[in-house]
Amino acid sequence: MLSDFDFSVLTDSLPFLWAGLQFTIQLTLVAMTGGIIFGTLLALARLSSMKPLAMAAAAYVNTMRSIPLVMVILWFFLLLPLLTGKPMGAESSAMMTFMAFEAAYYSEIMRAGIQSVPRGQVHAGQAMGFTYSQSMRFVVLPQAFRNMLPILLTQTIVLFQDTSLVYAIGSKDLLKASEIAGKNYNRPIEMYIFVALIYFIICFSLSQLVKRLQQRIAIIR
Amino acid sequence: MNYHWNWGIFFDQVQNGDETYLAWLISALGWTVAVSITAWIMALVLGAIIGTLRTVPHRGISFFANAWVELFRNIPLLVQMFLWFFVVPELLPKDLALWVKQDMPAKEFVTAAICLGLFTSSRIAEQTRAGIQSLPRGQTNAGLAMGFTRAQVYRYVLLPMAFRIIVPPLTSELMNIFKNSSVAFAIGVLELTFVSRQMQEDTSQGIEVYAAVTLLYFICAFAANRGMALVEKRVQVPGYIAGAH
Amino acid sequence: MTQTLLPRRLTLIAASLAAFGLSAQVQAGTIEKVKESGAITMGIRESSLPLSYLDDKQQPVGYHVEICQKIVDGVKAKLGLKAVKINYQPVTSQNRIPLVTNGTVDLECGSTTNNAARQQQVAFAPTTFVTNVRMAVKKASGITGLQQLNGKPVATTTGTTSVQLMRGHEKGKGIDFKEVYGKDHADAFLMLESDRAVAFVMDDNLLAGLIASSKNPSDYAIVGEVLNIEPIAIMLRKEDPQFQGMVNATVKDLAKSGELDKLYKKWFQSPIPPKGVNLNFTMSEQLKEAIKNPNDLPAEQYNIKK
Repeated sequence: MLSDFDFSVLTDSLPFLWAGLQFTIQLTLVAMTGGIIFGTLLALARLSSMKPLAMAAAAYVNTMRSIPLVMVILWFFLLLPLLTGKPMGAESSAMMTFMAFEAAYYSEIMRAGIQSVPRGQVHAGQAMGFTYSQSMRFVVLPQAFRNMLPILLTQTIVLFQDTSLVYAIGSKDLLKASEIAGKNYNRPIEMYIFVALIYFIICFSLSQLVKRLQQRIAIIR
Repeated sequence: MNYHWNWGIFFDQVQNGDETYLAWLISALGWTVAVSITAWIMALVLGAIIGTLRTVPHRGISFFANAWVELFRNIPLLVQMFLWFFVVPELLPKDLALWVKQDMPAKEFVTAAICLGLFTSSRIAEQTRAGIQSLPRGQTNAGLAMGFTRAQVYRYVLLPMAFRIIVPPLTSELMNIFKNSSVAFAIGVLELTFVSRQMQEDTSQGIEVYAAVTLLYFICAFAANRGMALVEKRVQVPGYIAGAH
Repeated sequence: MTQTLLPRRLTLIAASLAAFGLSAQVQAGTIEKVKESGAITMGIRESSLPLSYLDDKQQPVGYHVEICQKIVDGVKAKLGLKAVKINYQPVTSQNRIPLVTNGTVDLECGSTTNNAARQQQVAFAPTTFVTNVRMAVKKASGITGLQQLNGKPVATTTGTTSVQLMRGHEKGKGIDFKEVYGKDHADAFLMLESDRAVAFVMDDNLLAGLIASSKNPSDYAIVGEVLNIEPIAIMLRKEDPQFQGMVNATVKDLAKSGELDKLYKKWFQSPIPPKGVNLNFTMSEQLKEAIKNPNDLPAEQYNIKK
């Protein structure tokens, strides 16, 4: 019953939650940066005229998009050390996994963005004597990136929520920290409500910001 | 690498049981499909309704619909699972709560399907809204000018178009729902992720088990993708490029 | 020539990754690894009271954690190293064995049952604890035995040996439980606490720990017959004789010198963090035997029907 709830434990657990939230944010930022860079390269590979390269990129993206994130996290954590011979901690493993996984999603967004740039612009670039990579770097990608910015950011909010799945390898993110605190203070139910609230406030505020940004960009174009 | 491989493990008898591990995997696949499909139907119906309501020019209604979407979209699915499983029953009257917690048939399955269905409904609502709003404003006006009521405009003009336009994004939502069903293990649904944990504990052959389970998820996603491609072909609107990739 | 910079850098990264992969192919023994890196990685649990868990500062503590720290001290002394850094890696029932075999975790200090299937993948230190699988109930329910659980919801933790035991029991005695599963011990206990289940089947020390740290410890009791007796031990990689030798030597020394008894008193019979409760857990005959004659016999040897 709600009347039995005791929310005083929340203040005691704030330092742990803050540490967990910091890891969650760090993981999100690293995965976003790495994912967008790697994702853009994948998108370029998929659109390239070299068939084998395009096929390899497509296979990578489709595979990543067909497997649950929990499984990908496990695979990276358990198998990568076997391949490299160098074990790594849960934290760095989680960062690599999210970069690789999110890259598949970012690459689809970037591909749509690149395709949204009129072909004439590439031709115009070539006419000016740009090489392929120059016209991509100076003409196409900046526009694609800008067109897709709101969607890229929305995907980042999804990524922020997805980081809660690192429970599978035991890194201490916001959810994990709150579960441990909930157990130590015997108030698991209150902690679940509280952590849901934290996620909601953060994600909701971010999505409102994205909405605003979208309107601004829409006016300029 | 000193890992002891044993791919024959799937044909071994379950410890203390009559069946093989393969039978476990098949039953787990069944639960994964059951949770996903139930949630999918719920999400489609609710998502279509909520998404349509978001475009209705009425403050109260669109506020409700927007709140629905924001609520289910901004909390991680895993956390939502716990809320439905541990928190919601505590808010019910005592007798009902006890029934939900102990006697409700297939309670983990019901909880997981409701949770996943509502989570996905917010995403489908968003697609539906985008689909409706992508239609030229002239279509609504034309309908109204012909003497249609607003409900009739939705029924005969907007929705038939919008639902066809959003088939491609729905494909990835259906693929997502199979993947997201893996989170249901956290409340004890005997689906693929759950069984992979138990098999790993029973047999210690983790890598073989994860490989098999990953393959099964892959097949689910592939089947979802192909199935939706068929739907897409059937409902494609001539002259629209929205269906083409 | 900025436009060619990107591909060149990529080639460099790819080349260095390949070199890194090749150079690391040779899997050295744990001792070599410790000498080289000056560090060792310990696998720990989050809620395996009082063997291995996190205290109120969310730091790893417990009976097995402390034994492992002594093992590391032993290694340090043997190798004549000044300091060995201990990295703590939280593990779960699901990933602990792959993490030991793939080299991430050198010494798993949790609550792992030593059984024959696992001995195919990993090695175990001599048994340092023996647990009885039993059940916890709310006293008010009046339940005292498994027979009373027919048709009732019974909780246990996903991916543990208790799941198999319940299955075996259902088959053998014709009892039909409605199993409910928590993703970890704390979740499964929450099911008992919130009346989702009328009993929670698990290792008795874990049950005692969960009850002791619960809101109202006096509401619960550990009851009923023993479903299984299981030796619990520290886990390490197989076929690593040098490291295994050092681990075994330290554990045997601890057993002989009476240090193990002291540690047992500290964690099972005195107030422990986070709440300062005393589990009051008397040492079982099987554990006394294991301390007298250190061994790594699997669980199967403990449950031979007489």
